Amino acid sequence: MGADQAIDGVDLRPDLDARAQAPASEGDAVSVVGLSKRYGELEAVRGIDFAVHRNETFGFLGPNGAGKSTTINMLCTLVRPSGGRALVAGHDVVGERDEVRRNIGLVFQDSTLDGYLTAEQNLHLHAELYGMPRQSVAVRLRQVLEMVELWERRKSLVNTFSGGMKRRLEIARGLLHSPRVLFLDEPTVGLDPQTRSSIWSYITRLKREEQITIFLTTHYMDEAEYCDRIAIMDHGEIVVMDTPAALKESVGKDRVQIQTADPHAAIDALRQKFGIDARLAEGAVTFGVASGEQFVPRLFAELGLPISTVSVSRPSLDDVFMSYTGTTIRDAEASSTDRMRTMARLMRH
Amino acid sequence: MAIGSSSAPKSSAPRDSSPPSRGRHEIAAVRLPSRSLRGELRAIRVVWRRELIRFSRDRLRIVTSLVQPFLFLFILGTGLSTIASAGTHGVDLRTFVYPGVLCMAVMFTAMFSAASIVWDREFGFMREMMVAPVRRSSIVLGKCLGGATVAAFQGVIVIAIAGLVGVPYVPVMILEILGLQLLLAFSITAFGVMAAARVTQMQSFMALTQMAIMPMYFISGALFPVSGLPQWLTILNRIDPLTYAVDPMRRAVFAHLKISEAARRALDPGVTWWGWHVPGLLEAGVVAILGVGMLIVGIIEFSRVE
Repeated sequence: MGADQAIDGVDLRPDLDARAQAPASEGDAVSVVGLSKRYGELEAVRGIDFAVHRNETFGFLGPNGAGKSTTINMLCTLVRPSGGRALVAGHDVVGERDEVRRNIGLVFQDSTLDGYLTAEQNLHLHAELYGMPRQSVAVRLRQVLEMVELWERRKSLVNTFSGGMKRRLEIARGLLHSPRVLFLDEPTVGLDPQTRSSIWSYITRLKREEQITIFLTTHYMDEAEYCDRIAIMDHGEIVVMDTPAALKESVGKDRVQIQTADPHAAIDALRQKFGIDARLAEGAVTFGVASGEQFVPRLFAELGLPISTVSVSRPSLDDVFMSYTGTTIRDAEASSTDRMRTMARLMRH
Repeated sequence: MAIGSSSAPKSSAPRDSSPPSRGRHEIAAVRLPSRSLRGELRAIRVVWRRELIRFSRDRLRIVTSLVQPFLFLFILGTGLSTIASAGTHGVDLRTFVYPGVLCMAVMFTAMFSAASIVWDREFGFMREMMVAPVRRSSIVLGKCLGGATVAAFQGVIVIAIAGLVGVPYVPVMILEILGLQLLLAFSITAFGVMAAARVTQMQSFMALTQMAIMPMYFISGALFPVSGLPQWLTILNRIDPLTYAVDPMRRAVFAHLKISEAARRALDPGVTWWGWHVPGLLEAGVVAILGVGMLIVGIIEFSRVE
């Protein structure tokens, strides 16, 4: 299964998701066709197609258990696909595993640092495992450590680092061997908001300073905004893929959430009186209208039910997620907990 | 230079190409060479180095893993010496037990090294090694060599106390012991690595190794001569791989003791197969073959792990 063959496979595909982009080309950092993974009965990823352009920041968005991590694991050769084909930096993830590995950097959800070594020793170990030319190690090591502002702490044991520092060190390590694609699997999960935003400032800086494609997964809606393009994933499928702006535009409506004593009566009333299809989400009656602020006075006047609170928000990626999946990401998360458990159980074998 | 902490500062002194921080980072993309023997050797060495660094950080482990051998040697050896004196033909029981303790010292440390694979897996570091563009076999081999080296350190400490139990410091003997300890430690680490490929939880791994190691140690004849045993125990003893590490160790030590022929025959009878006296070199060969065999199984298993 050589690279050429695989690229042919991509080009020959008649119809990629037309809404997202043109078919994958040879220059793409990642191109995926019909990729799937099943664990026994469970289809974690169901034949997805997409391409990530060179030097793009591409985000995978979706609730836990949507198949994001499985996809990322397949792309970085840790999990063997059940079907389909994926090229990373022009190399097949199954047939040219080492070539792929040499060209990617990885930052996982969970720390993969050795806490009993110093920051510097962790990086040296990485350099040796990746066979970096000796003369380039010292220079590059300093560059990446300075980039994440850990140069001063290079002699400290990693065990003494905070969660945010560890994540920064992992990003530095992922960059050490100058990968062409950097995979960040939930780079900010488990960090406090302040640390999260500092991690993002490093990532943005990284985009500016290095010629690199960044592929990340997240289930935070606000983080998806940092991406050039995002794909929304749900139940193992890509629901939609586009730039954040275009996706928000496609929703086009403001989101209105109201709290009332009887939400179901409110939903009925909205349908009868305004012809609006409302849903219960995050415990509030939620619906979209073209211009929310102007609608609110009418709502109070005509609904005929007491309203305790109302909030109007501009379309966010949350709304995009909602309009394509019919649920908010937080609710999707709750319902996918069972799925996750099944998956965790299957993966252990 | 690898990951030695001393290597970095001097070599990374500011170069013209990298002004300190801020500004533009002139990141000349590092070109990685494709897979080569040299690359694999570097990987083996760095994994081995890591074991040594971790061991040197863990002073407590150095002390604790010596407690058990010393208990056997000095407490059990001294305590039982009065009732054992009738059967030892004038040889100190501690001297008799000493070769067994030499084995014990390396066994526990080697097992501990193997356990760190399970640990690495639980705490994620394994993943860093698994995605590196090197063969899994290099990583497993580095781990085994690291385990063997660390265990040999421990062995040296026990060799150093030979004088206390009436064993002379003969260079040839010390080299033989060291060689056997390295071999044993390597094989035990390989056994641990093989087990670690399947057992993914630290507690289960510890329980499993206790289950395997303690009976093996008792049956091996580390604490008693292997001739004139009841048949069932003789059979178990000859099956036990550890027997073939303990016996040559005892021979190496006893060859340099000034004791009567009767004592030698009683205390160092040597392992026999259907009456045939198994040569020491063959015994060491058995341990080596088993070690390599388990290493291969371990490598195959780890290559399958996703």
